[in-house]
Amino acid sequence: MKRILVSIKRVVDYNVRIRVKPDGTGVITDGVKMSINPFDEIALEEALRIKEKGQADEVVAVSIGPADCQQQLRTALAMGADRALHVQTDAVIEPLDAARIFKALADREQAMLAILGKQAIDDDANQTGQMLAALWNRPQATFASKVEITGDKALVIREVDAGLETLEIDLPAVITADLRLNEPRYVKLPDIMKAKKKPLDTLDLAAVGVAPTERLRAVKFDPPAQRSKGVMVKDVQELVEALKRRGLA
Amino acid sequence: MSKILVIAEHDGSKLNPATAKCVACASAIPGADITVLVLAASAGAVAAQAASIAGVKRVVTLESPAFTQALAAVIAPAVVSVAGDYSHVFGPSTTFGKDLMPRIAALLGAPQISDLMAVESATRFKRPIYAGNAIVTVECQADSKVVATVRTASFEAAGAASAAAPIEALQLTAELPTHTRFVSVTAARSDRPDLQTAARVVSGGRALGSADNFKILYSLADKMGAAVGASRAAVDAGYAANEMQVGQTGKIIAPELYMAFGISGAIQHLTGIKDARTIVAVNKDPEAPIFEVADFGLVGDLFQVVPELEKLVGQKA
Ligand SMILES: Cc1cc2nc3c(=O)[nH]c(=O)nc-3n(C[C@H](O)[C@H](O)[C@H](O)COP(=O)(O)OP(=O)(O)OC[C@H]3O[C@@H](n4cnc5c(N)ncnc54)[C@H](O)[C@@H]3O)c2cc1C
Ligand SMILES: Nc1ncnc2c1ncn2[C@@H]1O[C@H](COP(=O)(O)O)[C@@H](O)[C@H]1O
Repeated sequence: MKRILVSIKRVVDYNVRIRVKPDGTGVITDGVKMSINPFDEIALEEALRIKEKGQADEVVAVSIGPADCQQQLRTALAMGADRALHVQTDAVIEPLDAARIFKALADREQAMLAILGKQAIDDDANQTGQMLAALWNRPQATFASKVEITGDKALVIREVDAGLETLEIDLPAVITADLRLNEPRYVKLPDIMKAKKKPLDTLDLAAVGVAPTERLRAVKFDPPAQRSKGVMVKDVQELVEALKRRGLA
Repeated sequence: MSKILVIAEHDGSKLNPATAKCVACASAIPGADITVLVLAASAGAVAAQAASIAGVKRVVTLESPAFTQALAAVIAPAVVSVAGDYSHVFGPSTTFGKDLMPRIAALLGAPQISDLMAVESATRFKRPIYAGNAIVTVECQADSKVVATVRTASFEAAGAASAAAPIEALQLTAELPTHTRFVSVTAARSDRPDLQTAARVVSGGRALGSADNFKILYSLADKMGAAVGASRAAVDAGYAANEMQVGQTGKIIAPELYMAFGISGAIQHLTGIKDARTIVAVNKDPEAPIFEVADFGLVGDLFQVVPELEKLVGQKA
């Protein structure tokens, strides 16, 4: 059975304007819209396309976090994942522990591929996929904008600072999805009904053999420095004069 | 004392300016003892450049033909083989560093601080989260190693040293995997300044409407000696190359001057330009959020403004 693991993280929706709590103990998440991390939707879409091409048999969606993560896993099932694994915990899970959990599941499921998002838009860490690849001792192709599987290899085009880089990697491997990899499909109503019958298994941390560690303690949250509001100029002439005064034109 | 290992980014012959910014960040740690590690097929030229950065105590090199391209999976075990003696391992928050550093951290069993933007002490650092909408101060344990990617827009590059640091060639002992192979890279060669380090950046959004229309921005950029950037919408639509994207998931830049033409100012875009010294916005919608961060805003049609600007810039007042 050729399986693809896909990460599904529950995060604050990207349209929400996040605010820091006045006492600096965190950000306000009460009553805020939650969604699947946008990069994870892309990761899932890619896994589904690989399966639809007959290059994989099963797509397994994985989420680590509190009970509410099941909402995002149900959405993933509605999009087309075959089953879901929910590693339930209320603990803060740092990327290294998330990677250890994914490693345990990759072994358990004998995955041929793990596709994660390149970053979670809450912690913006951009770490978990690379860490999983390290712990699994497998190749990593991060920031992917094109994936082509042939047999037990994959050609991956990566978005790097210089342009586009192509790598050939042996499977199993870890791929992290960048924004331009694909456009995720919309969920249709009948699919939501069907998804209710798909298997969603809940595991605890003991079942995956990971005890989370606090390696980095968040001691304080601050709002970012605000730029002071500038001036509106009436025409190009005035703009150029303003720039010249700053030595910029 | 903090022993800090900085991983050099380079293209085989030239050191990337991001490395001098990592050195500047490392230097902010009290009692910093800084070593730069150069991994290359042939390290000589790059090592010499690294040795001449102020604050660098020594440069160590590891050579292998396998390092001709910077493949994270191949480089990481080599870095880990020398990282034992260090308390901090730093790399730049470029795609090179973002790819490599977490792999090193995991092999070391160490936490990583991504986009390190300020040093408070050897164990306390600040970094942005939620697309820069919040800044978190994090603390690691004093006895644990810590890995970081340095947010290059937050640091001025370290200057030149008065005397070059010693260079030592190390013996490669790590076994390097062969499961990851470089095939090719397509980089748009251009004579324009590099987007990440340019003093001036001219940037375009969806409003440009086509790759062809982007030419008016290239023309203005050339007159101003500027690099050209783009919003994600412009890149997605194929008007600009992906390496031109500025923002949360593109490049985070801190030029002297950033000029945004037909860019609305989505939070993910603003994250990438907040550290620019002067921001200019040209948009035909007076309500566009970009105006909230612009030092100079002009409501107008970019197709009229850009050619007019090109005529007026660089002329004596
Ligand atoms: C997870 C995630 C990550 C993202 N990362 C990034 C990122 O890194 N970088 C990024 O840029 N975006 C990013 N985005 C996308 C971002 O949310 C916006 O969609 C994008 O920045 C919009 O680009 P734009 O301003 O060019 O287009 P639009 O929002 O469509 O704005 C076009 C603007 O042009 C103006 N205009 C139209 N015609 C003219 C004219 N003739 N003259 C002058 N003005 C005109 C309009 O008034 C409008 O304000 C990300 C989104 C997500 C979900
Ligand atoms: N708790 C989690 N549950 C599911 N996926 C996760 C979790 N933590 C991280 N990931 C995924 O790992 C990728 C990188 O995340 P990060 O390293 O946190 O930026 C993203 O696609 C995340 O969705």
